Amino acid sequence: MNRFPTWKYALVAIVVALGFLYTLPNFFGESPAVQVSSARVTVKVDAGVLGRAEDALKKANVAYSAAALDGASVRMRFADTDTQLKAKDLITQALNPDPANPSYVVALNLLSSSPTWLTAINALPMYLGLDLRGGVHFLLQVDMQAAVTKRLESLAGDARSQLRDKNIRHSGITREGQTIRVRFRDADAREKAKRVIQDGIADLALTESQDGEEFRLTATIKPEAVKRTQDYALKQNITTLHNRINELGVAEPVIQQQGADRIVVQLPGVQDTAKAKDILGRTASLEIRMVDEERMNADTLAAAARGEVPFGTEYYVERNGAPILVRKQVVLTGDRLTDAQPGFDSQTQEPAVHLTLDGPGARIFKDVTRESVGKRMAILLIEKGRGEVITAPVIRSEIGGGRVQISGRMSTTEANDTALLLRAGSLAAPMEIVEERTVGPSLGKDNIEKGFNSTKWGFLAIVVFMSVYYAIFGLISSVALAANLLFLVALLSLLQATLTLPGIAAIALTLGMAIDANVLINERIREEIRGGATPQAAISAGYERAFGTILDSNITTLIAGLALLIFGSGPVRGFAVVHCLGIMTSMFSAVTVSRALVNLAYGHRRRVQKLSIGDTAWK
Amino acid sequence: MEFFKIRRTIPFMRHALVFNIISLITFLLAVFFLATKGLHYSVEFTGGTVIEVSYKEGADVDRIRGALEKAGYKDTAVQNFGSSRDVLIRMPLVQGQSSADLSQKVIATLQAENKEAELRRVEFVGPQVGRELAENGALALLIVSIGIVLYLALRFEWKFGLSAIIANLHDVIIILGFFALFQWEFSLPVLAAVLAVLGYSVNESVVVFDRVRENFRKMRKASTPEVIDAAITGTISRTIITHGSTQIMVTTMLIFGGPALHYFALALTIGICFGIYSSVLVASPLLMWLKVDRSQFVKVKKARSDDENDGAVV
Repeated sequence: MNRFPTWKYALVAIVVALGFLYTLPNFFGESPAVQVSSARVTVKVDAGVLGRAEDALKKANVAYSAAALDGASVRMRFADTDTQLKAKDLITQALNPDPANPSYVVALNLLSSSPTWLTAINALPMYLGLDLRGGVHFLLQVDMQAAVTKRLESLAGDARSQLRDKNIRHSGITREGQTIRVRFRDADAREKAKRVIQDGIADLALTESQDGEEFRLTATIKPEAVKRTQDYALKQNITTLHNRINELGVAEPVIQQQGADRIVVQLPGVQDTAKAKDILGRTASLEIRMVDEERMNADTLAAAARGEVPFGTEYYVERNGAPILVRKQVVLTGDRLTDAQPGFDSQTQEPAVHLTLDGPGARIFKDVTRESVGKRMAILLIEKGRGEVITAPVIRSEIGGGRVQISGRMSTTEANDTALLLRAGSLAAPMEIVEERTVGPSLGKDNIEKGFNSTKWGFLAIVVFMSVYYAIFGLISSVALAANLLFLVALLSLLQATLTLPGIAAIALTLGMAIDANVLINERIREEIRGGATPQAAISAGYERAFGTILDSNITTLIAGLALLIFGSGPVRGFAVVHCLGIMTSMFSAVTVSRALVNLAYGHRRRVQKLSIGDTAWK
Repeated sequence: MEFFKIRRTIPFMRHALVFNIISLITFLLAVFFLATKGLHYSVEFTGGTVIEVSYKEGADVDRIRGALEKAGYKDTAVQNFGSSRDVLIRMPLVQGQSSADLSQKVIATLQAENKEAELRRVEFVGPQVGRELAENGALALLIVSIGIVLYLALRFEWKFGLSAIIANLHDVIIILGFFALFQWEFSLPVLAAVLAVLGYSVNESVVVFDRVRENFRKMRKASTPEVIDAAITGTISRTIITHGSTQIMVTTMLIFGGPALHYFALALTIGICFGIYSSVLVASPLLMWLKVDRSQFVKVKKARSDDENDGAVV
């Protein structure tokens, strides 16, 4: 009765073997590596890049232990960190001839030193959370209100240019709160305008109203357009963050959407948190507006400096110190800007910044420049409500096609800086850091050690106790517990679930709870023996009767675990994932693995006089 | 080896009233401390900034406090953390202050004062996130409670579900009471521990209840208290050993886990100790007061008369 069919032994053996296989990568440790990935969407990392990197190292006689193209990145491993640093410099020189405008991100990384055949079967070491490996975690809140407001501003601009195209006279388009108001002198113009706007701008819902002599058209943004704007803002910001983080050279950054309006950024191994925050915290957005040259003279500027700014304008000081009056009306916003690169004017060879605008942006820009040849426009960087004029060039001619070149009176460095500011500034909506966790590398190491030690000593203590208290059956329980640990680590490695310090605590706690199942079984077997059952019958009855209780207790624990998984965040989720997985692996190991061992030990003997399960002789 | 050679049934239920009064007093004390002292919530719930700084030689808390005060940071709490070399600096949320530069400025201030200051950890939580975490925590507690009552109501009967959840929520309140009394920091990992304990000690009640049901069928002539006494006596050995093994793990966590796991392990320790007590000595008397009797199990038995080994038994 205590024999498994062969397939069941085989199943246990196979599962244990798989457990070993997938736990294996965790024992190889990590070796220093350099990782090359693309810094721009247009640049692909391929075998050619790998070749160039290898050539650069060979030329300088720097030895590397492995080099491989892995998905979209090249990874090269080195014997020690000195070589790694040297190699990083060499590869950077070879791949990015122009440091100001890098095509590739060359980052330091730690890679598992497990053999390639393990990596090939997807056996990777556990993915350590930031609290174990060190790094920065940010939760950024996107200001959706601002995104919608900005969209309204740009829709108001669209309406303005459409009415102008159709020659419909109006006496003003303004944004008031979350609505756009267009005023007319007569109902006829309003009717025409309504048709034009309805046909031209699908995102606006229009209502008519009248106030005395004034005919009004009030436009609100449609709910689905609001949603689209917000989705777009989030995606745009994530893309922008990707680009900005590329500047940092982080090997495996995580940039993900969380909920409707938040973005998680995790930068493992980043030591220079100041720079990371600086780059992320640059919650700037770009606006192109016209300079109000009619009203800009020495008197008004002096008055504006004192705070008496003419209506409809804003007072700024340019980077070179010159004061300037800029209209409040926005011509273009940064989200119309698709690229900004430093370069040179093809005729004069002066340093220049080349801008690329998207389709609608190009159209608006063409209209504006046609009407304003000889006038100045200002490009502003708006950061947390404060604006700064980056540059205020003169428009020399009508510019079509969306390719804009800003040149004159600037040095190469200035051109580089301006281009960087323009690129980095293209956030669709401002963001704010609402949560931050920074863990220094030394703390990460300490945490691993502490978590590992408590699990190790706790495990040993349980093994000693179980073996003394339940003799052979205790030893079998301990082996089952070890199998549970093996399965849990293998599963965590296989799923690449993030292991955090609370996760390690959950491993320890789960082991402590998992032994419950074996205690239940062993106690039940003892009881059966005391009740006069034969050893074989006691084993069989013990396992069968204890199973219901084991199932019950695991389900109640699992209910709590799942609730934690659903409602928890951060550290709680790390705990819950491991806890839930552990409960499930413990069901298998405590019941099936231990039973297989017991069956192997006792089930195949013809006669068993006594079970080695501690003292059952009393009563 | 065998610790529990219990030959007679221990008359637990004779002292049911005493146990219930002890429970009630502990419970009321816990509620009292929670009401008067309140929980010392961690930065995760309240919002604010925590900075952990490490020094090569012992950290001078007073000097650090002085340096921070001089730099204009008010309401900062500075204390040793784990060892004399590590310091934890807690700063409240200040309206309009950017989190981004705060930690940078603080560490710059400290490094100006003592070059050896090494930044170990920064945790900043905005006010909104804090509120959400607190709400989600409460929601999780509610869902766990409902889930467990439902499961037990399905597995046994609503009376069992109710007594188990009352007994174990009483544990939760007592854990929280300890945290209020000693003003230990109540953080997210502690919340996780509390919920894990809730799931864990309910299964303790389940084991006893399984036996109660089994004994109602077996001991035809016994009274309800006798049935319950026999059930508790029959499972007490397993209860102590199981909780003991879990406590071994938790104790090593308490010893080796360092400050990061300290309160987590502490919450588990209290939870495990009171878990034994409440699931055995609170849930069972409650069951008695709720007037569980044999008639309910005769029905159960009839429905399942074909399988007398049904359900869990130990």
